Amino acid sequence: MNELQFLTWVRGTGLNVAVGVFLLGVFWRLIEIYGLGRKKDLSAPRHVAGASGWHTIFRRSIPAQGMLKKSPVGYIGGFAFHIGLAIVVLLFAPHIKLIQSLTGLSWPGLPSQFIDLVAVVTLAAMVVVLADRINKPVKRFLSTFEDWFTWAVTFLPLLTGWLSVRHLLFPYSTMLALHILSVEILLIVLPFTKLFHAFTVFGSRWYNGAVNGHKGVAV
Amino acid sequence: MSASLDKGVRVLKEVIDAPIASYFSSCVHCGLCAEACLFYTETGDPKYTPIHKLEPMRRLYEQEYTLIGRLKKVLGLSKPVTDAELGEWQELVYNSCTLCGRCSLVCPVGNDIVYMVRKFREGMAVSGHAPEGIVEATRRTVSTGSPMGVTMHAVKAQMKHVEEETGISIPLDVEGVEYMALLSSMEIINFPEYLSAIARIMKHAGKTWTLCSTGFEATNSGIQIGVSDLAKTIVSRIVEGAERLKAKTVISPECGHAYTALRWEGPNLIGRPFTFKVQHIVEVLDELRTQGLLKTEGFETDRLTFHDPCQLARRGGVIQPQRNLINMVAKNFVEMPDAGKMNWCCGGGGGVTAIERAEALRIEAFKKKKSQLEAVKPDRLVTACAVCRTTLEEGLEHYQMNIPVVGLTEIIAEHLPEQGA
Repeated sequence: MNELQFLTWVRGTGLNVAVGVFLLGVFWRLIEIYGLGRKKDLSAPRHVAGASGWHTIFRRSIPAQGMLKKSPVGYIGGFAFHIGLAIVVLLFAPHIKLIQSLTGLSWPGLPSQFIDLVAVVTLAAMVVVLADRINKPVKRFLSTFEDWFTWAVTFLPLLTGWLSVRHLLFPYSTMLALHILSVEILLIVLPFTKLFHAFTVFGSRWYNGAVNGHKGVAV
Repeated sequence: MSASLDKGVRVLKEVIDAPIASYFSSCVHCGLCAEACLFYTETGDPKYTPIHKLEPMRRLYEQEYTLIGRLKKVLGLSKPVTDAELGEWQELVYNSCTLCGRCSLVCPVGNDIVYMVRKFREGMAVSGHAPEGIVEATRRTVSTGSPMGVTMHAVKAQMKHVEEETGISIPLDVEGVEYMALLSSMEIINFPEYLSAIARIMKHAGKTWTLCSTGFEATNSGIQIGVSDLAKTIVSRIVEGAERLKAKTVISPECGHAYTALRWEGPNLIGRPFTFKVQHIVEVLDELRTQGLLKTEGFETDRLTFHDPCQLARRGGVIQPQRNLINMVAKNFVEMPDAGKMNWCCGGGGGVTAIERAEALRIEAFKKKKSQLEAVKPDRLVTACAVCRTTLEEGLEHYQMNIPVVGLTEIIAEHLPEQGA
């Protein structure tokens, strides 16, 4: 398989397989998790403004009282890389074009120089949170193969994307093919690893907010 | 697999629901929950990270309820949960967790970790891995009526004592009253001032109330140990008593977990909503205050601070009433850092005080409360939970801090206007 064949494959069969596994995987996991249901709470609720599942979905994005000081690297690094990732994925013009070709939806992007800067910041933030995982005794203690693996499959699309835009390391078409391949690996892995928190974070926050909101505690 | 382990695994499979599945699927191992747990912050030992305390349950969830986990199980790639492992986890699930729920408030993905620990304890208890101390306390509650072996005789003796002291008769088994008051064993044995305070306050407010001879004990170690059917037996006594006496409201005493057991878990344990209202004494007093039925005179002038019992504030939703009440009678009330919803546990809740082997660790964890107190330097410490009160007294004594601990209800009672005045 030469470079061009490789690029054609990742753009065709590869992408179809990855998107297929991703969609089926997400669908399956959501049913597997939320299909378990839960028992109705029979105790009389206490109604307090701001105490509900929906409030917690939003409120939990802000560090709890006193927590930012406890783990500044975790919070700031985490914010930087999640927001950076969202900007790069959703607001880079070529990505929007791809999404438009697949779904017909499109929106205005950001200048590529700005995206480049965001990508560099995001890469740096990811390296910082990795260092934090290695350094902090609690994080290191909790870490399993999955933590290192999911870090890598998230980091690689970002890195290869940036390298291909900058025309570094390999010829553009090879780098682009590697970029698309790394995204495909990410899509396949996401539903079956902790990366699935991208979906369940909303359900988890909602349940926590609803269960505690029932008692009148705004969490 | 031993028969008890088999039963434990079956119970665990039963209690795993959509929230737990969602929580386990969301954890990114960020470790922030450790910073919220006093057993971690005071020891620095990563094994006390709250989410780690659930590891056997997480694996079981994965192996039983996820496609990948089942696949791994079939291929022999997963590590089954064993008796030895659960035995090892006893220290993490019981000794070093007071069910304070602080971790559930900080998790960035929103995991309600204490919700899971509470459910994990169900499986631990059934498989025979609950600590002896709480098992014994629960057994005593089921057989004698109270975790400390207090019987109705002791209650009657105390009633008589209070009647002599206050000149107010203590109603027993009176039907159709507004309030049915409960006591905790700790109050019957160590803090008789609570019953006396209730009698004086009810007389002052002009409210009808009673004690119930078949349901006087409020504490329920069934929920601490994690055995729902025993918890149900214990809570049913109160429900039957309240319904027989047609009480409008049952007052949960100055005890944190008794409130959780009755107010929030109670209806779910018996499988139907209550026909009466449940209020913590602090809620009752604050309601009487807003109705203008609770009047006080004079002020405490020394520096007071309030320790929020976890099950009352963070886990129970009662945060403001206690402050309204203290401010009625105190001129110099100061809040500890993190007071209210984010307050730090005394280290004795969730049954921990009943576990002898946990004592050294509990004293270590008390350093958190110590630092909070050092920040505000109070003359006295007020609280509204008898277990907190005992734990605080022990901790303060250990660290040679001379800060008396008092119950909120008795402070209020001391400021009632003089009779006939």
